[in-house]
Amino acid sequence: MKRIVVKTLLAGLLAATALGASPALADKTRFEFWYGFTGDLSDRLQDACKKFNEHQTDFEIACISQNSYEETLQNTIAAYRAKKQPAIAQIYDAGTLDMMLSKAFIPAKALMADNGYTIDWGNYFPGIANYYATAAGELQSFPFNSSTAMFYYNIDAFQKAGITFKPDTWEKVEEAGLKLKAAGYECPFGFNFDPWQMLEQFSAVHDQPIATPANGYKGLDAELVFNKTKFVDMVKFIKKMQDEKVAVTKTKQLGMDIDTAFSSQTCQMIMTSIAGHGTIGKTIAPGTHWDVAMLPVFEGTERHKSLVGGASLWVMAGRPAAEYKGAAAFLNFIAQPDMAQWWSTVTGYIPVTKTGFEAMKKNGFYDKAPYKGRERAIESLTFTPPSDNTRGIRLGSYTQIRKEVSTALEAIFMQNADVQTQLDQAAERGNAILRRFEKTYAGQTLN
Amino acid sequence: MEKRAVFRSGWVPLAFALPQLVLILLFFYWPVAAVVDWAFTLEPPFGGPAAFVGFANFRDAFADPFYWDSVLVSLVFATVGALSAILIGLVLALAVDRHLPGTGLFRVIYILPFAVAGPAAGMAFRFILAPERGLAASLNALWPDVWNPAKYGDHALVLIIIIFVWKWSGYTFIFLLAGLQSVPRSLSEAAAMDGAGPFRRAVDVQIPLLAPTLFFLLVTMMTEGFVGSDTFGIVHAVTAGGPNRATELMVFRIVDEAFHGLNYSGASAQSIILIGLIMIFTFIQFRFIEKRVHYK
Repeated sequence: MKRIVVKTLLAGLLAATALGASPALADKTRFEFWYGFTGDLSDRLQDACKKFNEHQTDFEIACISQNSYEETLQNTIAAYRAKKQPAIAQIYDAGTLDMMLSKAFIPAKALMADNGYTIDWGNYFPGIANYYATAAGELQSFPFNSSTAMFYYNIDAFQKAGITFKPDTWEKVEEAGLKLKAAGYECPFGFNFDPWQMLEQFSAVHDQPIATPANGYKGLDAELVFNKTKFVDMVKFIKKMQDEKVAVTKTKQLGMDIDTAFSSQTCQMIMTSIAGHGTIGKTIAPGTHWDVAMLPVFEGTERHKSLVGGASLWVMAGRPAAEYKGAAAFLNFIAQPDMAQWWSTVTGYIPVTKTGFEAMKKNGFYDKAPYKGRERAIESLTFTPPSDNTRGIRLGSYTQIRKEVSTALEAIFMQNADVQTQLDQAAERGNAILRRFEKTYAGQTLN
Repeated sequence: MEKRAVFRSGWVPLAFALPQLVLILLFFYWPVAAVVDWAFTLEPPFGGPAAFVGFANFRDAFADPFYWDSVLVSLVFATVGALSAILIGLVLALAVDRHLPGTGLFRVIYILPFAVAGPAAGMAFRFILAPERGLAASLNALWPDVWNPAKYGDHALVLIIIIFVWKWSGYTFIFLLAGLQSVPRSLSEAAAMDGAGPFRRAVDVQIPLLAPTLFFLLVTMMTEGFVGSDTFGIVHAVTAGGPNRATELMVFRIVDEAFHGLNYSGASAQSIILIGLIMIFTFIQFRFIEKRVHYK
């Protein structure tokens, strides 16, 4: 009995050694890529990783989901502290400044140059690249899954309510909403308390600052000012629409979020990410006519570009040199026009390079029914050259500041709290967070 | 005859204990030491030099009016949740202890919720009790806004207490049933002979004899309500601390501050305050309640 066990063990050991020695495995450098997608988006990213592994023989990428953007950042931090960080991490927009000050990464440009790739950095849309670049314009991470907020509306419902105009200003949104309501629709405009759409995107398209100086780009001494801008008018305007029963809150606490509210045709207008375009197209009843437009602006306001959302890919410092060769190869691979187009098709994310976008436009991608309208996201992102208010948001611990804002919005829209008082309080508490962040990184400057 | 190993030198027993000691040091004292260290500094998320700030992190916590709200909400949640879970567990245990037909099945049914993870239970209840759909929708159709945890803070608090109690009643039930079954039957029978009905027997005979179990459950349930991972899981899955901070329990704030805000130092300081608070409660419980508990 004992002998058999020993023999089996030995045989196993031999087999393992033989496998280990086989050239196919021994020569491949394996490296990890952590990301925050789940569900369909995760499957699509796994497809991309598989394609990369099939296309070359030197490297093997292991793509591992961390369940959400926030968890990816948290796990990357924990792993970095334990010196077990992945070679590449997908970090969402709100984590950008935390990453930049961490010194735990290798700048995008340096990585590609060191590994012999020439990238035309000017090929990235400035409206996208600026979010992840230093003040001097040096890209720190690779723009990957980029999105922006869009205005979705149900054309069928518009026709039934006799609306002939497009909802391109807030005044028209209200007018359309009143007509929809008169036609018997219970939720003309569905909204939630997500500061990304409500505060950030609104402020950008109206060229309003969220914080000074330059939304944090010019220093860690940033001060939140959104409680003194047109954002206050917007909150009051939506509050007025809520009182008219034109605007209706849809949150997961109430049992239905805005994307589902739109695709189930409960609500006829929403603001949400262009990344949801694919899912909404798949889930809305076949034959429904709907479209996306750029976010509305107030009448008499000059429209500016919206902000890029989504995430970028950061290459983490402290990995063996061989892994960086692989990481660079992977980043180069997914940036190729055909890969960029494939990714943009199967998700809803927009192409991040001009050549990628031009190629897709040329082959008629945006003319086909399920993808029609997605080009307006690019239009929105490139509507004007980036300014201090539309370049991006570079604030520390920004997730927590977002939470202060959404709590204020919740109090305003659910509990009828005073608009100005709540926004003042959110700004004050947000500023305390910024001051703590500034002290944590005392002596460091933004570059 | 008594069997006893005698070690002449001191290092042999130490060697036996060493793996355990290493594990305790590694997984308990080391993290605690890090928490104490971070509580007095401003720890950058990715590491690196951290400035010493003394008690500033504690002062920040105490200076925040919402922090005190979270202390109050935690107190209400833990007390109401613990007492309700114990009470329901007790009623169920008394019922099952009567040896009616089918008690075996009920025993299984009552313990089952405990096997469900807190966040999963929370998700289920969020849908069951969502104001615009599920059971509550028909209530709201009759009386508008009679139940809306997304709007009213007290409703939200009731909601998470219901989930907590639903989950932990099975746990208290098992302990209390075991306790009841160790009460000598002769005592109940004697009481019955004297003409005591089921209620009298429960109040005068069984419950006093359960006092040690009840006390144990009170301490553990209160602690669970304050710092349990389920407590965080439920709040995280159901209300996310809202509406307008109404369900921001202390433990939720700590995790939120640490992992969402990347404010490890503030969260560490709040952890120390929370541990201190639990120590005070446990002390009070032992000092004043345990005196009235009679162990056999």
